[in-house]
Amino acid sequence: MAEFRRRHGRYVVSLDQPEVQVLADVVDQVRQLLAQRHGEAPTDPLELITGIHAAPATTPTDPALARLLPDFHRDDADLAGGLRVLYEPDLLVAKDRAAVALLDSLPLGGGVARLNPATAKLWLTALNDVRLALAVRLGIVDDDTEPDLDRVELQGAGSAMYEVYRWLTHLQSSLVDALM
Amino acid sequence: MTAADTETIQRTEVVAEVQQPWVTIVWNDPVNLMSYVTYVFMTLLGHPKPVAEKLMTDVHFKGRAAVSSGSREQMEADVARLQGAGLWATLQQDS
Repeated sequence: MAEFRRRHGRYVVSLDQPEVQVLADVVDQVRQLLAQRHGEAPTDPLELITGIHAAPATTPTDPALARLLPDFHRDDADLAGGLRVLYEPDLLVAKDRAAVALLDSLPLGGGVARLNPATAKLWLTALNDVRLALAVRLGIVDDDTEPDLDRVELQGAGSAMYEVYRWLTHLQSSLVDALM
Repeated sequence: MTAADTETIQRTEVVAEVQQPWVTIVWNDPVNLMSYVTYVFMTLLGHPKPVAEKLMTDVHFKGRAAVSSGSREQMEADVARLQGAGLWATLQQDS
């Protein structure tokens, strides 16, 4: 199973073609989620002038997006809404930037990725976001219960998704260990 | 020192008292790796490894931990950075 190792100040992993494809697919799905949220923002006619992209004040309805972008406050909805408008645009940009950094450094067709420390940290963020989104889809709700992979919403893909999730967990874990 | 200066200083002290009691809370979730959470506490919050590990253990076993405290603006920034890393972080006024 693919694992990161630290070699001469680089974070190195060997990925075969199907593994590269899986990574590209799941990271792209997260990018689509983030783009969907970006598109939900109210249109501000001043955006063209100010360059400031407005954000909605409400929690995302998609539970995967809600997990990627939690409320800043658990009980005070007004405060949470106000802080969301303020901080969500930058969070969306940062998460998308991490996803793009991962995609840009994938060894296309399979091969060895050699990441500098800055890119390795972006991989860590991107891998984590993918695992958070996948876990919501899989219905992983606590530490001790195995998810029900036969749920209708998973359309028969539950087992394959869970396998990908666990593979990503192993990959991310090896990268954390290499960075520590 | 003029009377106006004295008043300014006293006001500053009152404001500082009011602004202090905010904390950043990290909540447990079944996805984030224990090693990753420790790593994030060390790199984003600057906690030494033993402190980061203790806070991670609190999150995991107690369900939550207060990982930083300060003014509301500082806690907003901490929550934003932790959420950027994928941790389930919120802020609240310390009670």
